[in-house]
Amino acid sequence: MSSNKRSANQDQRTAAQSTELLQELVAHLRQNRTQLREEWANRIAEARLLTAMTKEELFAEATSVYDNYVEALSTGTFEALQTYARDLSERIIPRGVETHEVVGIVLLLRDVLARSLFAKYQGDFMMLNRILDAYEPAANRIANTVAVGFVQERERVIRQQQEAIRELSTPVLQVRERLLILPIIGVIDAQRARQLTEQLLRGIRTNRAKVVVIDITGVAAMDATVANHLVQTVEASRLLGATVVVTGLSPEIAQTIVTIGVDLGKMNTVGDLQGGIEQAERLLGYKVVPVADTASA
Amino acid sequence: MEVPILKQGRFLIATIQAALSDADLLQLRRALIDKVIHFRSNGVIIDVTALDVMDSFATRTLRDITNMIRLRGAGTVIVGIQPEVAFAMVQLGLTMEGVATALDLEEGLEHLQLRATGKI
Repeated sequence: MSSNKRSANQDQRTAAQSTELLQELVAHLRQNRTQLREEWANRIAEARLLTAMTKEELFAEATSVYDNYVEALSTGTFEALQTYARDLSERIIPRGVETHEVVGIVLLLRDVLARSLFAKYQGDFMMLNRILDAYEPAANRIANTVAVGFVQERERVIRQQQEAIRELSTPVLQVRERLLILPIIGVIDAQRARQLTEQLLRGIRTNRAKVVVIDITGVAAMDATVANHLVQTVEASRLLGATVVVTGLSPEIAQTIVTIGVDLGKMNTVGDLQGGIEQAERLLGYKVVPVADTASA
Repeated sequence: MEVPILKQGRFLIATIQAALSDADLLQLRRALIDKVIHFRSNGVIIDVTALDVMDSFATRTLRDITNMIRLRGAGTVIVGIQPEVAFAMVQLGLTMEGVATALDLEEGLEHLQLRATGKI
């Protein structure tokens, strides 16, 4: 019990000491701002990082990173830095800045500052040690915060784009009253297959479709799971009262379907999209006649 | 809960309005057969729009009803299966083979009319 108390006291004392040291450190960094900032910018240029930015931009950005860095050291709170890192990432990601560059410049700054500390306290080894004890965890945490902020922002952008692609890639189109076509292009994975089905079933309901043509000319290959899913989609559409015509099966997909032993009796397949639409029109009772014939008749 | 069965010309329309217990389903089966015989109907529509779950028992009972009614020479259409329900059903392997399905009541009536005139 008492030993616990003592160690708690000790912790408090060390914490207080390290804040004190950090403040001293911050004062040092503020004093030498111009020089350290310049050195850092030079190191960045030397390492050929952030080449997508002009020299002026780099310097302006370096200045604000430096100030935010020192600010985070002095306050010990990282929220402001986090926000700044997110803003920065938002600005530089569209310009093609890579993760290694962002992590690289933050680590460079850490090194530049550490060097300046070595230079300042080279006479007093004990003091240097204590200063570094205070500096290192904070600096590492800053590097961590910036890197995580950058990666999170990138992930957010990727997610957004994925969503956009997904939306774009599955149009359900009405060609005629009660006739939908669903052209599928590209690779189908389980998730996309699921989404296709959902969109198709919803489309059948809202357009009151009776016949659906699923065209898979643009799909090079599909695995057994997805082929099975396709069959399920056909069956689910039937439960909604719609007939499905599948067109454009590539030889590979035809082989997959035969190999996994899907019952083709349930599937209505036609060679190409034209044939599929013609069959769908027949099912709906349409007959397409050239204008010349109707005129003579 | 009892399912109301309405007579519309030579067709019967049963609209399920809430989730049914197994006993309710059996009761529906019984009532439908009786009415088909009584009214000499030649078509039955079962509207399941209100159902958001269809389990294996419900599916099997509906298929049984269809088959029994077919023995009387009448046709049956299940209408209004929700998209999510349809997909869940095929994933469970409940595909209701041999049972006619349609989007909604209107489609179902059209289907029965075509059937009655011998076009299907």
